[in-house]
Amino acid sequence: MGFPPEILLEAALNGLLTGAVYGLVALGLTLVYGVLHIINFAHGALLTAAMYAAYVARTAFGLDPYVAALPLAGLFFLLGYAVQRLVIGPASRGRDENILLVTLGLSIIIENTMLALFRSDTRSIDLPYAMEVVAFGPTLLSWPRLVGFGATILVALLLFLLMSATATGKAIRAVAKERTGAALVGIDVAHIYAVTFGIGTACLAIAAALLLPSFYVSPRVGNAFVLVAFTIVVLGGMGSVIGALLGGLIIGVVESLSGLYLGDSLGQIGIFLIFILVLLVRPTGLFGARA
Amino acid sequence: MTARDILPILGFALVFAAAPLLVASNVVLNFLVFTLIIALAAQGWNLLGGYGGQYSFGHAAFFGAGAYVSAILQVRLGVNAYAAFACGIAKAALVGFVIGFLAFRSGLRGSYFALVTLAFAEVLRVLANAAEVTGGAAGILIRLEADPRNFQFAERGTFLWVAGGLVTLALLATLALERSRLGAQLVAVRENEAAAQALGVDALAVKLRAITLSAAITGAAGGLYAQYFLYLDAQIAYGTWISVEALLAPIVGGAGTVFGPVLGAIILHGVSEATKSVAGSIPGVDLVVFGIVLILVVRFPPREIPGLLGAWRRR
Repeated sequence: MGFPPEILLEAALNGLLTGAVYGLVALGLTLVYGVLHIINFAHGALLTAAMYAAYVARTAFGLDPYVAALPLAGLFFLLGYAVQRLVIGPASRGRDENILLVTLGLSIIIENTMLALFRSDTRSIDLPYAMEVVAFGPTLLSWPRLVGFGATILVALLLFLLMSATATGKAIRAVAKERTGAALVGIDVAHIYAVTFGIGTACLAIAAALLLPSFYVSPRVGNAFVLVAFTIVVLGGMGSVIGALLGGLIIGVVESLSGLYLGDSLGQIGIFLIFILVLLVRPTGLFGARA
Repeated sequence: MTARDILPILGFALVFAAAPLLVASNVVLNFLVFTLIIALAAQGWNLLGGYGGQYSFGHAAFFGAGAYVSAILQVRLGVNAYAAFACGIAKAALVGFVIGFLAFRSGLRGSYFALVTLAFAEVLRVLANAAEVTGGAAGILIRLEADPRNFQFAERGTFLWVAGGLVTLALLATLALERSRLGAQLVAVRENEAAAQALGVDALAVKLRAITLSAAITGAAGGLYAQYFLYLDAQIAYGTWISVEALLAPIVGGAGTVFGPVLGAIILHGVSEATKSVAGSIPGVDLVVFGIVLILVVRFPPREIPGLLGAWRRR
């Protein structure tokens, strides 16, 4: 319809690459949901904080975001651990509405702290490779997005190894399946909850480092990503890791193509409509087991 | 409803009726009108969220519907301002009914209901930002013609009376609901939907009535906002800020109580003004305080502030 096939292919492929990083953002969200059974409204704000952290690492310490990704992941793991252990856990007392409200409160605090610190200007960093492209058949692919795609696959593999081959991963899976039973065999549930939340936040830090070369950062940037992440998680099925990755790819392509046809401002509509439709028609998503 | 129930509401009405006579400062009057607009939006949220236990994160959808319909009818079609205001409320109620029908029919509750309402509000925001009739990204301006016939008043004090009157009406409506069969059924659905249904309560019908009424009240707040500020854009009308305000006030003041939303709005905006006067021009600091208050209120029950004061007195 109107566009030559190379343009469509290029938009779809670049959407696919961006979608992988969306998938990484969604991975953290779905992991937290799968184990703690909570919807973390602060996810977007935490992503914003991570993007600012990567921004500061570049402007104040001259670190390339790709280099900063690892130390940031460690830092945000600790941050996520502390937030779950000290704020969300005690404040919510296990009630669904309370968790919604506490994570909403957290997101308001984080977002506006960023606003107070960095003001509302949109910022970006200058990188020599930000605009580089790689030829792939008849299409040109953005280099930072290609890196993002590869790194996401790597993180997903590492996460898979962590979950299947380590004692911590086993404990996480045990808590996700049967919390009381896990507690009875001596697993510290509060600790595992916080570790899981920390892993989710660490995924965000890596995603932030991968996004920064090609996206602007502003105090509200997380809002845009978090609705996309919620859509992906709902589409893929709450708690499903494979669902999050595949959902990310699908949403990336949808966003890219609807942006091409409807323009940037209306382009987001496609995502929201998918979100609403999936929630209304099949809230368990493509790969989810439970409602 | 007995005289004893109505007395506090009359007291509230009298205080706000007297305020313009006692206070001349435009800054204070502005603060009071804005707080009352938020309180009205929050009273709408309270019917569905407080009494019905259905936490909406997208009341901006209703606020925006009320505001935009009222403004568009006046500006584009020259409709009388009061008629436009009434149409705005009706449109908000309709939007509430449709969203409620779709969400509740699909059995969405808890976090899923919160997410779907948020998404609906965002869709409306993106559409309003792109559409022509709403003025797009430039927004829509209602012509300034300060005349009571245009629902515009030269004196801010007069507007305070109007806003106070509407909030009083909403207080009476909430009290009437609380004492009604529908109110009892709504609370039953909140406490245990399955048990309520087993007793013969039609949960879907009850929730639909609640969301429609809730949307109408929040829509009235939107229409009032449009009349007072005479300017709207998509971020104001459908932005998440108003969804959050509408939810925060009842949670802080006491969800599911008659006075909760008003009390919460006054506390939050009082604290916000105090923070601004301390922190000066640093943006966002007052909202950081909002977030902290929210977490503290959830962390330390009893949730209602009157309850907290009562607990103090008993000590």
